Amino acid sequence: MSPEMIRLIAASTGETLYMVAVAALIATAFGLPLGIFLATSGKGELFAAPWVNRVLGVVVNATRSTPFIILVVAIIPFTRLIAGTSIGTSAAIVPLTIAATPFIARLIEGAIREVDQGLVEAARAFGASPLQIVLKVLVPEALPGIVLGLTLAIVSLLGFSAMVGAVGGGGLGDLGIRYGYQRFMPEMMLAVVVVLIVLVQAVQTIGDRLARHLNKRIRHA
Amino acid sequence: MNAPLGYIGDRPSQRLIPAEPIVRLERISKTFPGRDGQPVTALRETDLSVQQGSILGVIGRSGAGKSTLIRLVNGLEKPTTGKVIVDGADIAALPEAALRHARRSIGMIFQHFNLLSSRTAAQNVALPLEVAGYDKAEIRTRVEELLALVGLTDKRNRYPSELSGGQKQRVGIARALATKPKVLLSDEATSALDPETTRSILDLLGRINAELGLTILLITHEMAVIRSIAREVAVIEGGRIVEQGDVFEVFTRPQHEVTRSFLADEAGRALPPYVAGRLRSEASPGSQAVVRIGFRGPHATDPVLSRLARDLNIETNILSGSVDEIAGRPFGTLVVGVPEAALATTLDFLKQYGLDTEVLGHVA
Repeated sequence: MSPEMIRLIAASTGETLYMVAVAALIATAFGLPLGIFLATSGKGELFAAPWVNRVLGVVVNATRSTPFIILVVAIIPFTRLIAGTSIGTSAAIVPLTIAATPFIARLIEGAIREVDQGLVEAARAFGASPLQIVLKVLVPEALPGIVLGLTLAIVSLLGFSAMVGAVGGGGLGDLGIRYGYQRFMPEMMLAVVVVLIVLVQAVQTIGDRLARHLNKRIRHA
Repeated sequence: MNAPLGYIGDRPSQRLIPAEPIVRLERISKTFPGRDGQPVTALRETDLSVQQGSILGVIGRSGAGKSTLIRLVNGLEKPTTGKVIVDGADIAALPEAALRHARRSIGMIFQHFNLLSSRTAAQNVALPLEVAGYDKAEIRTRVEELLALVGLTDKRNRYPSELSGGQKQRVGIARALATKPKVLLSDEATSALDPETTRSILDLLGRINAELGLTILLITHEMAVIRSIAREVAVIEGGRIVEQGDVFEVFTRPQHEVTRSFLADEAGRALPPYVAGRLRSEASPGSQAVVRIGFRGPHATDPVLSRLARDLNIETNILSGSVDEIAGRPFGTLVVGVPEAALATTLDFLKQYGLDTEVLGHVA
């Protein structure tokens, strides 16, 4: 493997990490409150707003059902508005974030809904406000589930990031397509796949460890 | 709220105006929207008062309305009609913020403990204090006090998953007492515990009632719980309180059929199977009348049957019996067989001694 190839792989890995990290961060910033709201705004719940809940649910589902490659192209005008350009690594963060936000919101909604309703009742009984219940009961109790959800979201983002080559986003996936496939360099394809496997393994392992550390429901030796 | 929230240390005796019940439910009805559109009535025109410093047990079968009843007291449920007065404030009419404030003076413990798995014992106890805005130093001292009170000082840094059921309920009790409430609501707090642990938790509740003057309202489906801790009992059935009174009175002279059925499993009240199987409602030639005699208080230890034999020459046949203690007072039950011819004389004789009698039937 030539030094030139190694340089290319290193640069693409950097691009992938940059896109995924920034997109995951922003998507969590939006997805966490959205997920909490989805989990607590149903009929008779803490922030009951059944209609808003239903409308948000539809929007979330619609975004999630749009294939990522179509989403990337469809929102080009919006991407230009936000990033100033529709091409390049930074521009690719916009569709990645938009795809990840509803996904993260659903995962967090699921984690919050897993929390025993008895805890909410107990918190109401000692005088906690709905916001205190969210911050002091629901989120801490759901934290292991939230961490596992975010891990899954980051792994999915690594997969999505392979498609942003379509808008000049760069990254490992783009490298694999352009060199490994179009220039027929199987060793490059292999190298890209190996780097992705290592990345996914690393993310999953860290996520699992963290979730296990946070989960006090099971006894630790 | 019309009064500042007091400390547990405010004993009933220190209050200027005694005799006012601290919890008063007035003509409470509660209907829930049912699944098929038919409304479900959980409570009908129910009245209930709990005197300050007392322990009132509400007993009922599942679905009788007792869960709804206890949830009305801290506003987790709102009544359809009626008033819920706790410490002078109408809980049902309070706006949300005032209700949250009022709830700090009403502690609650639960069947399944409802502790946060992500917090240690001490952190769980601290939670209501954090919510109420106490400062860190205050929280630390108060939590230590509470853990000492429930005997869990050495478990302060354990997570609920590392504690036994009884220890979890102790944490629950400490948490419920954190904000120094005046009333403690107990929602089947011992129903998930084994008999021995149940006893130790009930002892703790009794001690808290005696030492801190805390009023306790508990719901249960077990007569044994009422018997060992409550001073007053209310029996609920079909959304109504069907019988209410002093525990000793209700246990020894139950009026309502539901109360009797709850007491049927109590020691001394169940007939031995060989008698129960042959019991007839009509006397027949050669049959004996089966009479239950209740010995209350001062007469519990009188040798009445030997006097019956000596003075009236009536021989009775003991079928079953027991002597028990209810609400700290002795209570005996004897089931005897009496010759049919001597039945009226025997009943008269027993009544002279102030004993309760009940003819259960006749056996051949």
